[in-house]
Amino acid sequence: MKVRWAGIGLLAAVITASPAGGEEPRLNVYNWSDYIAPDTIPKFEAETGIRVTYDVCDGNEVLEAKLMSGRSGYDVVVPSASPFMARQIAAGVYRVLDKSKLPGWRNLDHHILEMVSAADPDNKHGSPYLWSDTGIGYNETQVHAALGEGAPVDSLALIFDPAVAEKLAPCGISLLDTPQEVFPAALGYLGLDPKSRDLGDLDKAFAVLEKIRPYIRKFHPSQYINDLAGGDLCVALGYSGDVIQARNRAREAGNKVEIAFRVPKEGAMMSIDMLGIPADAPHPENALRFVDYLLRPEVIADVTNAVWYPNPNLPATALVKPEIRNDPAVYPPEEIRRRLYVDLPAPAAYERARTRAWTRLKSGR
Amino acid sequence: MTGMGWTGRLLLIGVPFLWLALFFLLPLLIVVKISLAQSTIGIPPYTPLLVDHDGGRELHATLANFALITNDDLYLRAYLGSLGNAAMATALCLLIGYPVAYAIARSQGVRRHLLLFLVMLPFWTSFLIRVYAWIAILEPNGLLNQCLIALGLTAAPLPLLNNEFSVELGLVYSYLPFMILPLYGSLSVLDPSLIEAAADLGARPLQGFLGVTLPLTLPGIAAGSLLVLIPALGEFVIPDLLGGPDTLMIGKVLWDEFFNNRDWPVAAAVAVVLVAALAVPLLAAQRFLERGHAA
Repeated sequence: MKVRWAGIGLLAAVITASPAGGEEPRLNVYNWSDYIAPDTIPKFEAETGIRVTYDVCDGNEVLEAKLMSGRSGYDVVVPSASPFMARQIAAGVYRVLDKSKLPGWRNLDHHILEMVSAADPDNKHGSPYLWSDTGIGYNETQVHAALGEGAPVDSLALIFDPAVAEKLAPCGISLLDTPQEVFPAALGYLGLDPKSRDLGDLDKAFAVLEKIRPYIRKFHPSQYINDLAGGDLCVALGYSGDVIQARNRAREAGNKVEIAFRVPKEGAMMSIDMLGIPADAPHPENALRFVDYLLRPEVIADVTNAVWYPNPNLPATALVKPEIRNDPAVYPPEEIRRRLYVDLPAPAAYERARTRAWTRLKSGR
Repeated sequence: MTGMGWTGRLLLIGVPFLWLALFFLLPLLIVVKISLAQSTIGIPPYTPLLVDHDGGRELHATLANFALITNDDLYLRAYLGSLGNAAMATALCLLIGYPVAYAIARSQGVRRHLLLFLVMLPFWTSFLIRVYAWIAILEPNGLLNQCLIALGLTAAPLPLLNNEFSVELGLVYSYLPFMILPLYGSLSVLDPSLIEAAADLGARPLQGFLGVTLPLTLPGIAAGSLLVLIPALGEFVIPDLLGGPDTLMIGKVLWDEFFNNRDWPVAAAVAVVLVAALAVPLLAAQRFLERGHAA
């Protein structure tokens, strides 16, 4: 799951009614920025003759606002499974996938399908595309300089322990600007259930955050990618794929900045991005062809090779470049995978209390 | 008016009215309608106002959203925060923009056109990209800090980004042209003989400026100030990109209601209150301008 400020100018889809009978050879796709291989779309167009209008979005929130208004004009969209797609399914946004037209479905990892089914019962509406987890990205040199060799880099204490945070404040700590990510992490640090919906637990998590608030430099969904890579930030609570992108950028720049990513021992939230077909999609048949195309191992392996996010396609793993599939930060080993959890949509009252607490925390009042 | 027929007059008045009704009143009414509904999970994510009931129709409207935003001081503080930032930006734009507009109005020929062109030049690049450019300039390892360190003016990078300073800078930078252009408009039509007359009657340059130029350009000042104040008040992108975590502005709060809480009715209620709160200074300025014309 990536939240990007690619632009507030949102590209409007070309909305065209499909003629009766056969579908016109067009497809409107709405995906995250930098979330596909450069040749994925051209190859699909060459193979099928379907012309694809490919737009990029900057956040789940914006996608949701479009879907909830109805008639988005898109045929394939990419929401995160939970809480976004789960809520959208409840609102009747999606069409049920016709699995008989998705022969590639059998390639999917059953373990991940099972995790997703918490958000999409019986996997009826969504096909998992790529996934990531929320963990700790850090600058190895700076963190060890500030805390010594015993730095708790495998624990959320690196961010939520005030004594540690105080020492890291000069080189910079950044949190995601998303209460849905940060509060569960704070609950996990306290040893409470990260999926708790108890307002008392929320207060406890708030107390933890309030203590480290003075040491937080920035709350932002994506700025930490550049800041980590440039050596302007030493610790970030962020998405695995984004931190790895920062690490790779620093390596390319050769600026001696060494970035690492860890899944904390207290557990981490897993985000699975899904391919969904809106109920009012103008070209649902073409959409199914596109989803099935992305279920081919060689196609999705190319996507992972380009974006460094793991995919849930089992036969594809062998086709992914060795340096990516053997990187524990991208493809975590089994014992780390067991620490991952999928969050579910919260009741409206809890959501409001959480957003309110978040604003109170950030504004320092 | 005598030469114009009844239909002609109706057309003349009707077209702007139709425009306002279609593109201002109607959207505003839709927002008001949503602000009286309740949030729900569905398409659209709010309850209908009229519900079919026993063959008849029942009105289901609630003021709960307005109660919520008046009971929580977050909204008032965010509004005051926006007002403070916007007022400061307006004052700074006026201080910087007035001499600039004055210089352009006093210059001649190609020079004047060139200067005007330079004021409008930034609009050729996307607003968003220009704001991003400021990030590259102000960040700890950014252009400005590198220059300052290279010149030996500071040892460690100065905190230029993610604070009130950068938000104010962004606001002034982005909205300055909207101040300069109306000021230039009223300064360029100013009859220079009036100032000469004041000088002939013994006024010093400052007296002439305060007694003649300034009062005659008040409409330009008012128009420019409104053009800066109103969009700056609702500004969301600049505080989001250049601001720090403690920057509290109403545009961001509205965004949170709409996108984070997915509570369209509360977001609509915030928008309605914001429009009402904007209408007051707007009407006051309108009065002021009318009096200026009458004088």
